[in-house]
Amino acid sequence: MTALSDPQFAFDTQSRIKATFARRKWRNIAVPLGILAYLVYVFFAFDVQGLAAKARPENASILLRDFWSYKMHVTRDNRSDTIVTAYEGERKGTFPEGQGPDWVSYGPETVISLRDGSTVTLLPENAARIDIPDFGSIVAQVQGRAVDLNLPADATTPDWMSVSRNRVAITQDGWRFSITPARTEVFRYRAGWELFFFTIDTPFYGKSLGELAALALWEPRVEPQRPNIVAMADYVWNNKMWRHGEVAWAMFETILMAFLGTMGAGLIALPLAFLAASNFAPARWVRLTCRRLFDFLRGVDGLIWTVILSRAFGPGPMTGSLAILLTDTGTFGKTFSEALENIDQKQVEGIQSTGANALQRMRFGVIPQVLPLILSQLLYYLESNTRSATVIGALVGGGIGLLLTQAIITQKDWEEVCYYMVLVVLTVMLMDTISGWIRRKFIKG
Amino acid sequence: MQAAPSSNTADYMALVQRRRLYGGALLALFVLLMASGFNLAEDRNAGGFLEGLHRIFDFPAEIFSEAFTDWRNLPGLVLKFLPSLLETLNIAAISTLVGGLLGMLLAFLSTRGLALWPALTPVFRRIMDIMRAVPEIVIALVLIFLLGVGPVPAMLAIAFHTTGALGKLFSEAAENVDLKPVEGLASVGANWLQRICFGVLPQVAPNWSSYALLRFEINIRASAILGFVGAGGIGYDLKTALQWGMGKYDQVVAIFALLFITIMIVDHISDRARARLVKGGQAL
Repeated sequence: MTALSDPQFAFDTQSRIKATFARRKWRNIAVPLGILAYLVYVFFAFDVQGLAAKARPENASILLRDFWSYKMHVTRDNRSDTIVTAYEGERKGTFPEGQGPDWVSYGPETVISLRDGSTVTLLPENAARIDIPDFGSIVAQVQGRAVDLNLPADATTPDWMSVSRNRVAITQDGWRFSITPARTEVFRYRAGWELFFFTIDTPFYGKSLGELAALALWEPRVEPQRPNIVAMADYVWNNKMWRHGEVAWAMFETILMAFLGTMGAGLIALPLAFLAASNFAPARWVRLTCRRLFDFLRGVDGLIWTVILSRAFGPGPMTGSLAILLTDTGTFGKTFSEALENIDQKQVEGIQSTGANALQRMRFGVIPQVLPLILSQLLYYLESNTRSATVIGALVGGGIGLLLTQAIITQKDWEEVCYYMVLVVLTVMLMDTISGWIRRKFIKG
Repeated sequence: MQAAPSSNTADYMALVQRRRLYGGALLALFVLLMASGFNLAEDRNAGGFLEGLHRIFDFPAEIFSEAFTDWRNLPGLVLKFLPSLLETLNIAAISTLVGGLLGMLLAFLSTRGLALWPALTPVFRRIMDIMRAVPEIVIALVLIFLLGVGPVPAMLAIAFHTTGALGKLFSEAAENVDLKPVEGLASVGANWLQRICFGVLPQVAPNWSSYALLRFEINIRASAILGFVGAGGIGYDLKTALQWGMGKYDQVVAIFALLFITIMIVDHISDRARARLVKGGQAL
């Protein structure tokens, strides 16, 4: 009563509140300002303004187009006069000579029909005629080491055409043409991933979905020694372009690395956690040693473990799983021992009162209390390690991580990169769903 | 009178026996999986486990003995690699910051009761799941192809993953907020942004900061690893030093030491800060 009516006290309170508000106001300005200053500093430290010079935007368009489409190459070798038709120009996707997709008609004059109504005709004597609706006929012919060009009357070189003495190139929406003394080439783009299921050399290539279903279910055997559906599965699994079998193995290897690493770490960390928990440790020095060991294992980063272990065991999935095991032993040791320190001692005492020995006290008094936490930690790490195993796999050379880095390094198989990425994302999300389901069903429920 | 307890006992014993059987079978399956999995992994590895085991310490011994003879170089080398270490730390910090801010946004958009467009919450959740699932290394390598070697690809890659990871944790924390202040603010006509700023943020700030700090620890490791594949920072120096091999091992030791000490210090500080944030109540 007296305190409240005391004017001095009221004044003090008021000034204190005012000061707090002033401090808060200042903080509200200072924190965003600090963040802004840091951003500006990083902008210069990372040389973001120099990025424009290094960036290659043309790569972006190649990459984006490759992610979802492929191109068919029709190439005439101008010296030997042979025509090769191939998916992506790859040897594994090459048609036998004189065969190809239905929009190419082979003969003395090979006619390639393109989707916008244009046609490219490969004429004898290394000439080619390109008929473009709304523009007219363009004729290009190789003369010795140069290329002669004939445009329709009174036409100027359009901007989709690049012309030099020994090369003429045309870039249109969905297709490209180029002629040099060495070769005449037509690229036609199509959406989708080429030869994803059946390669050209299999009997099932080019069949529609209905035909394939009929073949699989009731039509006579294509190969007398085995049913069609077995043959189909075999051809898809051993697809030479996409190597689905190998990719599935690599994905499995990645999950295996995560599984072995996580579970192995859990098995090693559990007994050590007892030694590191203050209520179970036999002696202070044991506890401190274990604590320091956990800190050390966590502090030596996964990167360093990977380097050291690959020297000893060579590249491969086992090295990767050991790297995960070592790092996670540290993490688990820490969390498990904290969980052990927080258990309810009453249950242990209850078990002890029935005359149980130390091992029985642990088994029936302690483990039931910490098991839910341990299991949910293990499951959570299993999921997150599936992703880490991809990264570690890239470093130690095992699993899907290796395939990913290999595909990225070629800088042209972007459709494969996309395929692997989709696989990894789906697998991680699947693990997430499964572990969430197990946790809800068996641990909390 | 006499029969009931004995049949209960029998039932109980049968139950215990069945549980033991299931437990035993599960354990056997687990052991089998571990053993066969390990065998498989060993088969596909370049070197076996037992042949390699005694060599584990060969490489550390080699580098440390070389570093020991050239110990005079070490202080100079530590100084030399400090800028790269700073870059690694900067990558981690800025990606945690950017990822955290974007994660905040996604968390608000995907939390029941707070979402701006409640119908779209499942969409934002799926987006976060996908962002979480993409390994950083993939984005980093693709961005290196587009933007050239440097810290920016690593930063963007880690920030992408962080957005998904933090977004999920943030939204789980935000689901547990007390909605009364939010309703109170709504009743005086506050708009969505004001309700979030004054009704929700003060409640979740301690938890969120603690999650962000933990992420920062994780991101330091990630940024070191990404450096190893060409994204700048100390990982890149480690790679060049290792490629050089003998004669540069003092550099390897200096980098190992720097990384180890940094991770220990940051872990320790963030451990303390997180304990204070979550338990101490006094925010920051």
